[in-house]
Amino acid sequence: MAVAQTVTTSSEIPRLQEIAARLRIDIIEMLAKAGSGHPGGSLSAIDILTCLYFSQMRHDPKRPDWPDRDRFVLSKGHAVPAQYAVMAEAGYFPRQELMTLRRLNSRLQGHPVNSALPGIEACTGALGHGLSIAQGMAIASKLGSDKFHVYCMIGDGESQEGQIWEAAMSAPKFKLDTLTVILDNNNGQIDGHVTEVMPLDPIDAKWRAFNWNVIEINGHDYQQILDALKQANATKGRPTMIWAHTIKGKGVSFMENQIAWHGTAPNPEQAEKALAELRAQYARLKGGS
Amino acid sequence: MPAKATRDAFGEALAKMGERYPDVLAMDADLSKSTKSEVFAKKFPNRFFEFGIAEANMVSTAAGLGLSGKIPFACSFACFISSRFDQIRISVAYSQSNVRLVGSHAGIAIGEDGYSQQGLEDVALMRSLPGMAVIQPADDLETEGAVEYLCSHKGPAYLRTTRQKLERVNRDGYQFRFGKAVELRPVGKDAVIFASGGEVYLSVQAADLLQKQGLSVGVINIHTIKPLDSEAVVDAARRTNLVVTAEDHQINGGLGSAVAEAIAEAGVGRRLLRIGMRDAFGESGSPEELLAKHKLDAPGIAEQIRAMLR
Repeated sequence: MAVAQTVTTSSEIPRLQEIAARLRIDIIEMLAKAGSGHPGGSLSAIDILTCLYFSQMRHDPKRPDWPDRDRFVLSKGHAVPAQYAVMAEAGYFPRQELMTLRRLNSRLQGHPVNSALPGIEACTGALGHGLSIAQGMAIASKLGSDKFHVYCMIGDGESQEGQIWEAAMSAPKFKLDTLTVILDNNNGQIDGHVTEVMPLDPIDAKWRAFNWNVIEINGHDYQQILDALKQANATKGRPTMIWAHTIKGKGVSFMENQIAWHGTAPNPEQAEKALAELRAQYARLKGGS
Repeated sequence: MPAKATRDAFGEALAKMGERYPDVLAMDADLSKSTKSEVFAKKFPNRFFEFGIAEANMVSTAAGLGLSGKIPFACSFACFISSRFDQIRISVAYSQSNVRLVGSHAGIAIGEDGYSQQGLEDVALMRSLPGMAVIQPADDLETEGAVEYLCSHKGPAYLRTTRQKLERVNRDGYQFRFGKAVELRPVGKDAVIFASGGEVYLSVQAADLLQKQGLSVGVINIHTIKPLDSEAVVDAARRTNLVVTAEDHQINGGLGSAVAEAIAEAGVGRRLLRIGMRDAFGESGSPEELLAKHKLDAPGIAEQIRAMLR
């Protein structure tokens, strides 16, 4: 298996870490305000999303319909608070709109809706679809001489869906080097740990057997994330799967690895406790940069 | 003009449209020889995508292509493609992607393969989705017109085609008009049959049989089941005694339901006869035997109407 090689200059990493620390605060604030939603999988994904939106992807928040933009499809649609946070930070919409999450008439629907919010590429939330949708976009890119790259984040629980493996089978057939899948492997789903509910091991061997380029990383290590994304882009002739080991609820001590925080929003008291931790982390990073 | 299956007309029309529309693509799930997407595949091998026996993946991939400016025609049997309802509901319909789902082998008239291959609930499923257009052409001319139309339609659409050959019901030079009902026999005082797909020609034959028995029966071809031409349906219903629908599909949720809803909402108090599968599964048999057994052939349609008018 390929291990991420160091190709990134590390100078941008403190900047990215600072952004993600701030966005973790946004995630908890918007979920607390909404009173429902999925903190665990949003917090496990945010470091990777930050690297995508603020380093790797070619995109323009002022032109969300730019035909040659790189695409990001959040197949595990329930983690959309993390995507809304990076999108607001990037300038797709005003930051204060984050506080309308899940409210009536909000563009920030409980799961991603492309017709509601420019910059969201497709509706997801029914698990298993997003990778196939991303595959369609990657085929379109190949038909148009590889003008853009498509990134798709899937969950490990989501990988129990048969459709994930249908797409795992087809993307190498179509030689989709315009497609990169990132597996947010946080080992949590509603009914328990993925390893107990329906184990996927050995996940890397499965994807390799389907002829994917597989890169294993720590999904909270910025050097590894950035290097893996660059390697994926440079890989020709087949798609890449980045196997990112992550921590569900990462950054909030009492949420980390706790299944109960998959789909429960913090109450005001819990939110204050979480925000105190996250603000301290942010202050430390800001002070150090 | 010899009879032609609408699946054949579809394959030829798509291959023809491929020249004019460079963004038109075709996809199939190991049934290209049956759905006739192979005609396009042979002409445009680089614009044809074979998914193997994995319809869910094909449907969501079509959604991604549609969201990237392409016009994908994703083909399978009507029963198999509509059964990927989760993917159609979220990836295609909710995402408002320009996907054309093509379901061939509509209804019991496919014959011997039996119920598992007979699309009998697909129209009901597709009709339930917001923004999904549902088209079922009655002959080759109408199929060609529908395919041409679908190359520029905005939003998702479902096209239902037949395995069996259909006699032509439209004249040379026929122009397909999306959402518009087509009167084939003038609305009579006794009854009007709203028919779709393979049942259109059989309904015309039934109307002719009834005419010989002194009954005045009109026939209106509903090629666009959604959006339904409610105005034409209500207008015709007002001018007759008995409203009849004929479809090779369950009577629940398909054309029969669509017409029932339209006339009831308009307050048109007419008796309604829905001809189709009456909450029943399909089965094996020759197409002719099956249509006769389920009273979906011309004598069966005529008999059911006569019984209601007695």
